[in-house]
Amino acid sequence: MKKFKYSEITPESIYKKRRFFIKSMGLGFGSLSLSTLPFVNNSIANTNQNKVTSFKDITTYNNYYEFGTGKSDPYIRSQNFKTKPWSIKIEGEVEKPLEISMEEILSLFPSEERILKLRCVEGWSMIIPWNGFSLNQLLSKVSLTSKAKFVEFESIYDPSQMSGQKFPVLNWPYKEGLRIDEAMHSLTTVVTGLYNQKLPNQNGAPLRIFIPWKYGFKSAKAIVKIRLVEKMPTSSWMWASPKEYGFYSNVNPNVDHPRWSQATERIIGNDIFAPRIKTEMFNGYGDQVANLYTGMDLKKYY
Amino acid sequence: MSRYLKSGVFILSLLPFLLITYKIFFNKLGPEPVKEITHFTGEWTLIFICLTLSMSPLKKFTNSTFWINIRRMLGLFVFFYATLHLLTYIAIDYRFDWEPIINDVVKKKYIYIGFSAWLLLIPLALTSSKKMVRLLKQNWKKLHRLIYIIAIFGSLHFIWLSKTIFFKPLIYTLIILFLLSLRIKLKKSS
Repeated sequence: MKKFKYSEITPESIYKKRRFFIKSMGLGFGSLSLSTLPFVNNSIANTNQNKVTSFKDITTYNNYYEFGTGKSDPYIRSQNFKTKPWSIKIEGEVEKPLEISMEEILSLFPSEERILKLRCVEGWSMIIPWNGFSLNQLLSKVSLTSKAKFVEFESIYDPSQMSGQKFPVLNWPYKEGLRIDEAMHSLTTVVTGLYNQKLPNQNGAPLRIFIPWKYGFKSAKAIVKIRLVEKMPTSSWMWASPKEYGFYSNVNPNVDHPRWSQATERIIGNDIFAPRIKTEMFNGYGDQVANLYTGMDLKKYY
Repeated sequence: MSRYLKSGVFILSLLPFLLITYKIFFNKLGPEPVKEITHFTGEWTLIFICLTLSMSPLKKFTNSTFWINIRRMLGLFVFFYATLHLLTYIAIDYRFDWEPIINDVVKKKYIYIGFSAWLLLIPLALTSSKKMVRLLKQNWKKLHRLIYIIAIFGSLHFIWLSKTIFFKPLIYTLIILFLLSLRIKLKKSS
């Protein structure tokens, strides 16, 4: 009964969100959506800065240290990774802890196309046509308690399948986190696919999170657990180097990584003559997310 | 014989340069071509540093002066690849946009130390001719011990630019430290 009702309602809200989404994209990146979303094409004339990155580049150039630290390691080493069966536990400060299978997730939450920009902390960016839905839809299933101030994402730990986890490159399993208002923001996306295909293993299959206004490492892959907590969780990167990787890690051209600049970035897929482009505050999503940080010193809370 | 060998080493040393040129012209650099060129030239600089540092231990172990005959040439290849590396950064990556470059050199320690290493290479390259060896006599050896500092700077440059503890920079550091440690022993025994 309830399921049926839910599936009847969601498409409409998704539809509306999608409209909002497309509009916001128009503001953020001009004509980036190109032929797939024809009605934003006439917003801001722009060059190939806003071209969607090719499927090949998105799926062969990845940072996914569970499969190795080389950019092509994830593509090479993840092809036999088992994503079935898969379920996700949602626990912690919730009224109704939940263990939900991938199949249930896919049937309960229809995915929409979300063309979002990924800015890596290393100084490069891609524009990716993800398929997914807002995390707040998933979290609405468990009723948060008043103590749920933060969300912690935990990725799978399986060194037998993930050769990179045999080395202490990071503190496994990979953990990331968001403040609850960040997690509830509709741009915070649960990703289940890209280019209208099943999410490739090297991109975090079967399910990952994507937060477009934060550096890429905030967007944890192959998630098995979502924990609602009262205290700010310590992410794997904070654990590795707290002075270099803060909890927030918002894209911010004015706050350098201690060892390299964040003022500019390279667009993946461009040739050697293409210049760097200026990195935008909140990766260009400031209109939607800047209000989450009013009054906060973003130099201090990097 | 030694002459032919030396020409052989020269041609071999040019191969990485030919390879990257081929990759540039035939678009085989992958999704982030500028970074690929930067990493490629940087890594070959380190490899040539290691090769250059291996020559005097090899002489010691093999009792052949051949290694010393090619040592200066290998050192010049260090300078060659280091210069390509620097030019990639300045001309291709930042397209002579001096403000961020100067900012990086002053503020970012991995750039600072890498650039210092390149500066230190200049006097070595300038004094690499046979004439200069004769002219500087004992001082030539002293001056060219700068390569030890350059090697350490080079490995630090690689370590500091890595996001976390990576395998490759560690390997180069270990090789360099090993080659430098051989010198300490060599000196004591002599």
